[in-house]
Amino acid sequence: MREIPSGSGQGPSGRLLALLTAGPGASGWKTGLVTVAGVAVALALSSLLIAVTGGSPLDSVRALFQGSVADSTAWTSTLLYAAPLLLVAVGACVSARSGVFNIGQEGQVLVGALFAAWVGLRLAVTGPALLVVVLTVAALAGGAWAGLSSLMYRLRGVNIVVSTLLMTFVAQQLVAFAVNTPWLLQETRIGDAVVAPQSNPLPPGALLGSIGEYPDLQVNGGLLIAVTGAAIIATAITRTRWGFRLTMLGLNPVAARHAGVRADALGGAALAVSGAFAGLAGAVLLTSPVGVHRLQPGMAMNIGWDGLLVALVARNRPGPAVAVALLFGALRSGGGFLAATGVPSVVVDVVKALLVLAFVAPPAVIAVLRRRGSGVRTARDGHGAVPVAERTAL
Amino acid sequence: MIGADDVSTILSSAVRLTVPLAFAACGEYLAERAGAMNISVEAMMLGAAFGSIATASATGSATTGLVAGVLIGLLIGLVHGNLSHRLEIDTFVAGLVLNALVLGLTGYLITISDFDSHQVSQVSVPWLRDIPLIGPPLFVERWPVYLLVVIVPLTWWLVERSRWGLELRAVGERPRAADVTGIRVNARRRQALLWCGALAGLGGAYLAVGEVGSFNQNMTAGRGYIVVAAVIFGGWRLGRTLLGCAIFGLADAMRLALPALGLELNAQLLIAAPYLLALLAMLLLANRRREPGALGRPFERGSP
Repeated sequence: MREIPSGSGQGPSGRLLALLTAGPGASGWKTGLVTVAGVAVALALSSLLIAVTGGSPLDSVRALFQGSVADSTAWTSTLLYAAPLLLVAVGACVSARSGVFNIGQEGQVLVGALFAAWVGLRLAVTGPALLVVVLTVAALAGGAWAGLSSLMYRLRGVNIVVSTLLMTFVAQQLVAFAVNTPWLLQETRIGDAVVAPQSNPLPPGALLGSIGEYPDLQVNGGLLIAVTGAAIIATAITRTRWGFRLTMLGLNPVAARHAGVRADALGGAALAVSGAFAGLAGAVLLTSPVGVHRLQPGMAMNIGWDGLLVALVARNRPGPAVAVALLFGALRSGGGFLAATGVPSVVVDVVKALLVLAFVAPPAVIAVLRRRGSGVRTARDGHGAVPVAERTAL
Repeated sequence: MIGADDVSTILSSAVRLTVPLAFAACGEYLAERAGAMNISVEAMMLGAAFGSIATASATGSATTGLVAGVLIGLLIGLVHGNLSHRLEIDTFVAGLVLNALVLGLTGYLITISDFDSHQVSQVSVPWLRDIPLIGPPLFVERWPVYLLVVIVPLTWWLVERSRWGLELRAVGERPRAADVTGIRVNARRRQALLWCGALAGLGGAYLAVGEVGSFNQNMTAGRGYIVVAAVIFGGWRLGRTLLGCAIFGLADAMRLALPALGLELNAQLLIAAPYLLALLAMLLLANRRREPGALGRPFERGSP
């Protein structure tokens, strides 16, 4: 991977890939510099927004800090959010690296949670075996949901980005249908009580417990799953033949095909893997104390969309994604504390979006500057590879 | 039983729900013909809806709000164009980030501010409004609705008959060939996104100052994505795209109207209908022949 020059020899996502894997070459530190500048601008803009609208940026930062990392309760909450975010992000890394851009994670999270809830409530298995079944089924369901998009692409050439996006809205209604239908998953009516659009709580055997309780800090099992997943995918991408083929397919599908890579199968598998990770994130949302252990239509809480942003900030590397997921988890957890300062918590969404922009733009800026600087106007300094995402973009 | 009045009410509601989609779809249609696919339609509509209400509240004029909405749509189109057709950031990534940014920004600003309700005036066309059944839905509407009468033919003329449109289509089909003949591919795509931004902005602004009169968080709720779906559903033809918008608007209207009529139909199915229809259209209709050859693919000189 390190030999790949970070020149403008690839399309945008290819360039992104090349840059993030490039060694400390000339463009590496330049990109880093522009990124740092971009992050500074993003934070300055966010502070400006808060200041202009009558809030205090300093107080907001303090509140974010208190709500996310100041004490062990805050850390517990941060880690709870970080786990599903990381799972989604790791999956997104896999598909993006193969050149297939999956943006339907929000739906895959929901479908994972839906099937997890169904199995958890209906299966007559007791004890920890149930948890294993629940997690497995969620991963399979999420993978199958993403696999549908892959199938549609193979059968009729339906654009994967568009189909995964549209499937998200179908998934939302599927879950709404399930929790509104008594014979599916709606909670049991007790006497004359009003039933809400949600499922019954999952049995204790299906819940993810803490793997460590340090006086107050509780580390949920979901985080262990997520970090393990990140480690496995990081190793698989950099150390295995599968990972090599995957990256090759993303960087240059034509060369990959000539080298014997079965592009459709590998790309489809990558999409399914990313869906499986999102489905697993859905199960973690359902079974860890981040929610109420019930299937609810709003339970995905934009984790799917945010996890995608985490992968973008980490430039599709599972390792850095761990740190970014922690940051995004901290922002989510700290956002709840903002209300006390009079600044609406939704401001963290602005901060997140600006941060993503600060990480996505620099490689492109550098590439444009280089092209201008070298006076390349008519031809590029290499034979470019077009990642599959662009080839398949409809 | 359902009477003629009920049908008329449902049709009115359908027309009102279709109009914002139709405005934005005209813009997205033109952008996609130029090969510039953007899911930031959602951001354009949402930002414009917010901007129009904010401006209307500040100036006291709903029409000024409508203009402000168009300008905000233009601004987002400009940003998207520069991100994905100057910096060459993947267009879906750029759209995703813009959507997240505008959703957060408008959600933040609406919680800390308080706007008055403003609506543009209603126009009732004499004689025609008396036609039974279709009279009231079509001829008693807020005035921006009638802009469609100009904008739809104009969009068609721009794409199919003007020199600019010919260049746009060339850029969308064979960017490399277009480049060789001296057309500035990325400039054309940026221009197409400006048109898309202005019209999506008009659609979003109509939603706010035309229909609802106020703004609430995430008020477009995925309408931008429906617009993208409509263009695909229509197989990149303007007439069918607008037909798609009308079908999606009707499905939405049915969802609102059926419970009131005492009819049982699955609400979730109706909400999911536009997305399912678009997916089915992509799967079943032989649309791909009509698809612009370079749709969604970035252009860079010298690349294959």
